[in-house]
Amino acid sequence: MDVRLSPEQEALRASAAQVVARFGPKAVGQLDDPERRARLDAAVDESGWRELRGDTGAGVPLASGVEPALVAEELGRGLADVSFLGPTLAAELRRIAGAPPARSGETVGLDTDLGLLVHEGEPGSSPMVAIDTLGCDSAVYLVADADADADADADANANADADADPDADGYRLARVELGPTRSGLDLTRPSVILRSLSPPALVEGSQRLVTADDITRWTALGLALASADLSGVMGGAVALACEYAKERKQYGAAIGSFQAVQHMLADAFALTEGARSITLHAAWAVDALPAPDALAAAAAAKAYSARAARTVCETVIQVHGGIGNTWECLAHVFLRRALFSGDICGDASVNLGRLLRHHGIGAGNGFR
Amino acid sequence: MDFGDSPDESAFRIRLRTWLQDNNPGLPASSTDDEYWAGMAAWHRSLYDAGFFAMSWPTEIGGQGLSPVFEVIVDEELAAAGAPPRPSLGYLVQGIIEHGSPEIRRRFLPGIVNGRERWCQGFSEPDAGSDLASLRTRADREGDDFVLSGQKIWTSYSDEAEWCLLLARTDHDVATHRGISAFAVPMRQPGIKQRPLRMINGVTKEFGEVHFTGARVPAANMIGEPGEGWALAMTVVSHEREPGELGYVARYAKVVNDLGRRVRTDPAAFGSEQISELGWAMVEVEMLRRHVQRRLSERLNGIHHGPEGSVDKLLMTWVEQAVGHAALSSGGLAHGGGDDSWLHTYLYSRAQSVMGGTSQIQRNLIARRILGLPASS
Repeated sequence: MDVRLSPEQEALRASAAQVVARFGPKAVGQLDDPERRARLDAAVDESGWRELRGDTGAGVPLASGVEPALVAEELGRGLADVSFLGPTLAAELRRIAGAPPARSGETVGLDTDLGLLVHEGEPGSSPMVAIDTLGCDSAVYLVADADADADADADANANADADADPDADGYRLARVELGPTRSGLDLTRPSVILRSLSPPALVEGSQRLVTADDITRWTALGLALASADLSGVMGGAVALACEYAKERKQYGAAIGSFQAVQHMLADAFALTEGARSITLHAAWAVDALPAPDALAAAAAAKAYSARAARTVCETVIQVHGGIGNTWECLAHVFLRRALFSGDICGDASVNLGRLLRHHGIGAGNGFR
Repeated sequence: MDFGDSPDESAFRIRLRTWLQDNNPGLPASSTDDEYWAGMAAWHRSLYDAGFFAMSWPTEIGGQGLSPVFEVIVDEELAAAGAPPRPSLGYLVQGIIEHGSPEIRRRFLPGIVNGRERWCQGFSEPDAGSDLASLRTRADREGDDFVLSGQKIWTSYSDEAEWCLLLARTDHDVATHRGISAFAVPMRQPGIKQRPLRMINGVTKEFGEVHFTGARVPAANMIGEPGEGWALAMTVVSHEREPGELGYVARYAKVVNDLGRRVRTDPAAFGSEQISELGWAMVEVEMLRRHVQRRLSERLNGIHHGPEGSVDKLLMTWVEQAVGHAALSSGGLAHGGGDDSWLHTYLYSRAQSVMGGTSQIQRNLIARRILGLPASS
């Protein structure tokens, strides 16, 4: 065991931080600057980060879960308004399904609570949400395949997360073009609501059915990357508040000199460090552990990070006082991003339930 | 970056797991019972003799000179087996390694490490708690000895210890923290009286108070230079704050595993609030386990005592107190008699935000030394 980052991983982190420092938004007003956003998107495009989970050609990903997690953390820290998490998860799905890489910007479609990947129910009856859509013109999602070969997936289903449909033998990859509808929670990563999904347009060239086991591992990656984004969001938010606490004066002194303020920020910093540690493990576990263990590690990381991030961002608003409650202050942009990432692949409650089930506890006690 | 075992690590893990099958002393959880504290010395020697203690300490003091990663493996396997955690004396060892002369290190460290000599720590005083530098116990030079007078409190294992790492004032004419020196004081001598403290969970064998009235310590037993006591104390407390040093992850994991078993045995008896509290305790323990792995890996770059220890201490405190709350809600209060160990686990958890520097002191340190916030006016 040696959980220090390798020199390559350190370099990747530094390079992501550098791109965000150069092209990321420094103020709320800059969120509306399409030229800056285009430069950020071009830099991310050129980096190849969105393809880290693409196929080496042998069916395995180019990078472990750790590399995209490092990128996600830096993008979160700098409130980068560029798609990354969605396209990374889409590339993961294409690799799993043995489908060719997307030809243009593509993200994933999730259920409206961002917790489920598989589209269920009557065609067109329940809307889905494409997340993290900047620069994307389509989304992929999964549909249950009734005619799938049951034998191939019998083993996989034994390890399945409860989220997967136990009656389905496998899943196929479907693709939908994105319309213009945008939701407004996360000011840095807009969603698109998908309404007409019937009949599903299957992705051409997919070589294999996606198994329940695949979905478990995919979910682990989604949780780990969302947690990494949350680590970054927390770090960026705490830095913003510390800067403000050193400048802002009341009673003739910087408010950061008051213990009441210092202790809030110290707690926020400690939570951030705890989140980083548990998330680093979850990111490593994505490929390194059996799927159910990877999911449990990711669920623990996500539950911790989602709860911590909300607390930290609330603290950051409080430290900013009245200004923290205005649109112009970046504090709410951090909070919104924290709430959004907090829901991706399940909120704290969903993931607490996953962890408890992994330990044989929780069915029937109000946990999904 | 790799959380997995190397072949050496894996072989070590299996050896320890096998050994534990026959050598787990089956002591109660640390906080619940004097039996635990009474059994710790034997557990220490048993672990050490089998080659499962002092994994990462230098070989010249009886350690095995391996990577700190082996300490993590020990903690994980002890927790999985429901065995007691390893004794926490890394802070003593690090303090003496860093500040003691070669002679002092040779004389004292092997006995601490192999468990043949028991030590206690004489730092806090009734009027010097968080403000440790204001301590008043005196050490006055008389020939080749120093003569001690004063009172210490919160002295762990003072009833059993043969030696005390004592902080005392040797110079009254300089700023408070510069007049303090450290000594290795023999405890079994006239002029030292110790009285156990009964803690809120009823335990009497963990902490004591010690009165020094004319006890003597040879000048050769001074650890470090005159006036170096404060620096030594800072080394010791910064270590004391690190969960990796203390091996507490094993203790917390044991409580959570025991609670999980209890809930699985009769799930219908537990409501969603109780299950939720247990789930959060599991999350917290998992966080601390990974955090410790991260910190111990960072030590492969060389040991460094920075203010990060305060972050670790704060996280560890939150974990212990979340585990305490889970013990309270899922373990129960034994109103109808029976097992009251859960209540004691909970009660014990309240001390974690005080011992080794209060959570408020840790927050001060994080704010000033990590976040760079200005001094209070």
